[in-house]
Amino acid sequence: MTVPLLQLHEVHTHIGAYHILHGVDFEVPKGKVTVLLGRNGAGKTTTLRTIMGLWKVSRGSVHFDDEPIGGLQGQRSTPEIAQLGIAYVPENMGIFADLTVRENLLLAARKARRLDQIDTHRLEWLFGHFPALKKFWLYPAGKLSGGQKQMLAIARAMVEPRRLLLIDEPSKGLAPAIVQNLISALRDLKSSDTTVLLVEQNLAMAKALGDKVVVMDDGRIVHQGPMTALAASPDLLRRLLGLSLGASE
Amino acid sequence: MMSTRAAAPVSASIPSASFDLLPMALVPLLALLALPLMGSSSTWLTLTVAGLAMGMIIFIIASGLTLVFGLMDVLNFGHGVFIALGAFVATSVLGSMNDWTSSENIWHNLAAIFPAMLVAMAIAGAVGFAFERVLVRPVYGQHLKQILITMGGMIIGEELIKVVWGPAQIPLPLPEALRGSLLFGDAAVERYRLLAVAVGLIVLLLMLFTLNRTKLGLLIRAGVQDREMVESLGYRIRRLFIGVFVAGSALAGLGGVLWGLYQQTVTPQMGAQVNVLIFIVIIIGGLGSTLGCLVGALLVGLMANYTGFLAPKVAMFSNIGLMVAILLWRPQGLYPVTSR
Repeated sequence: MTVPLLQLHEVHTHIGAYHILHGVDFEVPKGKVTVLLGRNGAGKTTTLRTIMGLWKVSRGSVHFDDEPIGGLQGQRSTPEIAQLGIAYVPENMGIFADLTVRENLLLAARKARRLDQIDTHRLEWLFGHFPALKKFWLYPAGKLSGGQKQMLAIARAMVEPRRLLLIDEPSKGLAPAIVQNLISALRDLKSSDTTVLLVEQNLAMAKALGDKVVVMDDGRIVHQGPMTALAASPDLLRRLLGLSLGASE
Repeated sequence: MMSTRAAAPVSASIPSASFDLLPMALVPLLALLALPLMGSSSTWLTLTVAGLAMGMIIFIIASGLTLVFGLMDVLNFGHGVFIALGAFVATSVLGSMNDWTSSENIWHNLAAIFPAMLVAMAIAGAVGFAFERVLVRPVYGQHLKQILITMGGMIIGEELIKVVWGPAQIPLPLPEALRGSLLFGDAAVERYRLLAVAVGLIVLLLMLFTLNRTKLGLLIRAGVQDREMVESLGYRIRRLFIGVFVAGSALAGLGGVLWGLYQQTVTPQMGAQVNVLIFIVIIIGGLGSTLGCLVGALLVGLMANYTGFLAPKVAMFSNIGLMVAILLWRPQGLYPVTSR
């Protein structure tokens, strides 16, 4: 059994007066891709934001590599959590629209003060997967297309080696060809033993990448297990996720 | 992976990103529109230089305020107190350097003014640090409380200035060699206004260098757009904000020295009077935008001088009219910050 890198134990999160997460409990194994599935409003994005410290844990705990990062045992700030090697790609991509592609990447490379301090091979690897970034290198990121912005957001998370990537619905609104590029880049990452927690509604992408699947509904975990088991069981898929998600395959 | 120098992947097929020049063109456009109304080109040149000097001083004062708002959504209505503080500090420093300020050698004069500027910046920056910690920090994210508490802070600041320097207006005469004008043909251009333009340009260049050529500047520009994402990348935006608040206060102190010398008198209320102008400037420019702040300040400076000459009775309202006209054209200001 693989060692867990991230552990959520009975996590509750409130946003204002609303109780969103109700005792979320799962582990993300080291070097694997864990896919978080569920309907809209199930609490997937809140889970990622809670891990990043953008929402505070009101009960329960979050541990990263056995260190507490959320909860009463020790709530760390978002910058502290990111400095542990956790990268976050939000659903809205979070790119800096007025900065160029180059500046967006330079900002994400925390150890580099100048462009020439970014690892060339890693940059070339990113360009190999996302050639548009090279083409639009000096272009304001806000003027890129939706797909190119998504590529930039993911490239930004990968520009330096990270221990854990949290990616929120990367395929949302993207053309199938671009989704294939994305799957290919994430597979490459997977082969380098990077740990990924991926929120996804595109079941084809989830199946292509996921080792483990966690299904959420109404702020609770309703299923977790190997991706292969869920993918092989149409009944389970229909019961947990509904026909609409099956249709997106 | 091996770390080697990254070749900038510039391709011949890079599409060119268009820059919005139209707001910048308003400055020469306003100056050219004013030319036929002036009657003589020498009057126009005198007023234009005066307007640019005033604009540069306002830019120095307002640039910190717009970044403070952009980074943390903090409405600091107490910014004016740092202007008054800088000007009063200058009266003390320059008053103690009478031999230098009364000399007819311009280098002696500058050797008095620059230390006055540095001391004013240092004190305004230090007071800004305390202001942020005591007054601003408890009211993050609460705009109404920010307005009330920072205005209260300004009133207290003004009273403390009266305690130290007295309630009366204090003269701040120009050093000897900076009095009078230089003649360009028939146009008389005041020497001090040229100095104000030069100081403003130096501050502008330093600011442009910091914002566009350093990682710190990159962080500030990114933080203005999306501070949550900057934090998610592992940077502590609170520290950045404190740094910008202190730098903004120091710049307001510098602006206060320049403004005091421009008016040649200082009063504890001078900051409150300038406050209205700087809020007009940052709204015109687009909240959080440095370039917008520069263009807005130059437009306000020119408009104030032209209307002061052409129609003194409407001069007081001319900048309000300018703001209304610009907001009707561009409701988010001349250079709105994307993502805000």
